[in-house]
Amino acid sequence: MPSGFVNLAYLLAATLFILGLRGLGHPRTAVRGNLLGAIGMLIAVIVTLLDQSIVGYEIIIAGFVLGAAAGSFLAWKVAMTAMPQLVAVFNGFGGIASALVAGAALVEAGLVTSEPAIQMTVATVFSGIVGAVTFWGSLVAFGKLQGFVSGQPVRYPGEQVVKILFLVASVTLGSLIVVNPAETHSYWIMLGIASVLGILLVIPIGGADMPVVIALLNSYSGLAAASTGFVLSNNVLIIAGSLVGASGIILTNIMCKAMNRSLANVLFGGFGEVKEMEKGDDIYAGKVKATSPEEVAMLMDGVRRIVIVPGYGMAVAQAQHAVRDLFNLLESKDITVEFAIHPVAGRMPGHMNVLLAEADIPYDSLKEMDEINPTMPQADLAIVLGANDVVNPLANTDPNSPIAGMPILNVDQAKTVVVIKRSLSPGFAGIPNPLFAGDNTLMLFGDGKKMAQEIVRALKES
Amino acid sequence: METLAGVLTIFVLAVFVGFEVITKVPPVLHTPLMSGSNAISGITLIGAMLSAGSQQTGLTTVLGFLAVLFATINAVGGFLVTHRMLGMFKRKG
Repeated sequence: MPSGFVNLAYLLAATLFILGLRGLGHPRTAVRGNLLGAIGMLIAVIVTLLDQSIVGYEIIIAGFVLGAAAGSFLAWKVAMTAMPQLVAVFNGFGGIASALVAGAALVEAGLVTSEPAIQMTVATVFSGIVGAVTFWGSLVAFGKLQGFVSGQPVRYPGEQVVKILFLVASVTLGSLIVVNPAETHSYWIMLGIASVLGILLVIPIGGADMPVVIALLNSYSGLAAASTGFVLSNNVLIIAGSLVGASGIILTNIMCKAMNRSLANVLFGGFGEVKEMEKGDDIYAGKVKATSPEEVAMLMDGVRRIVIVPGYGMAVAQAQHAVRDLFNLLESKDITVEFAIHPVAGRMPGHMNVLLAEADIPYDSLKEMDEINPTMPQADLAIVLGANDVVNPLANTDPNSPIAGMPILNVDQAKTVVVIKRSLSPGFAGIPNPLFAGDNTLMLFGDGKKMAQEIVRALKES
Repeated sequence: METLAGVLTIFVLAVFVGFEVITKVPPVLHTPLMSGSNAISGITLIGAMLSAGSQQTGLTTVLGFLAVLFATINAVGGFLVTHRMLGMFKRKG
């Protein structure tokens, strides 16, 4: 148990974390909020260095130096399109660190007493399981986002049973540790089983459901830290960990609501089990109108308001800078340009906002779904760039559709819709999109970045 | 068991504070919120330092070192990348 002075410093750190998180809630205070969090961390680390139980600093400093070098390198080098992967990896590292600390504490407790308090062993087991699941789950998420592992849902018969078996096995082993804490070997076997469980839990989940997975893993990394706080009877770990746990749960919930699906459905059901849907030939046949960049440029002549709907396809095509050029050109012609951002567009919560911010598009031009939907009928032109399911009117009209009830951006209400897309292939939900065959819809087939550039060129020439 | 009640109290209250503080984050900030809060979960670093520094056994020292390494990457990388991201968010004009 840390001394009084150290505990006061930890209280200060915890307060800074709370203020920091509150700051992150508003664009104007976000930078300061993040700094407050970092200062809180620095204070916690410095007072911990003064702790009497620390006899040697070499190992700690070696860890600091290597970790800080690796962390800064990743943070400064990562492309904004790769942000979901990076956040996933950082989540995983936090999780495994908690699991390792809990394991070390179990070993140390065995040196002092043969019977550590039951709360300590229960928390150790919890940290271990959650930490290992977080680490391996995050690595699989990273692999999927980076393209090392198939982004498609990977499903197999008896999948749920296998997962339950691994969960039961790790909990059983954990209970044995609680009964007999001297069995520290069991802890490492339990970590191994929980690691497999982490892999099994994320492997079946498809790429477009990653926002939910990453938010949930974010929550887990916090819970693992909080649980390690119980192991060490350390308040700042408990407070910081539960704050993060709560924030991850809130984001998870927002993501699920934005898809009108339950968390259980995302994690265990998903679109992977949906039967082969109609191919869409009868929906599209004879009704799809293709257009050209020149024609789109002409459409933009004399309009007042354009809404752009970006999706994951914009990130894949690295089209955000080309879109920025289009945005600037249109604004210079006194056309109001707004971006309509669906909450689950992209691969992590807020993914589109970060990409567009990177391309220097002011955040007041980025509109949330609830804000922009009522004004959609007043849009002269809506441009859909790399989005599909989130603009599919079937969500509103077909109660049997797998996306039924999912809130969508009602672009079909705009006077004219231009969809920039390589082909008519379906989105993640695997269903055709009647928007593409709409009376007021024009399809601009091609790569998102190239098409945006060609529209800009055509606009400049006209 | 008094300590258990004490730490549980702190835990439950902190969860409520977390929910209160974070509920109304605008979607534009979802990614920075996630990476920033993620960095805060690197707080497990101080537990790692105690394991690495107390040097009770070779095993705990190795575990502690690895935990310090991972947690430092998490915390330093998390705060830095959040800072970098937030620097890109600009208002009009």
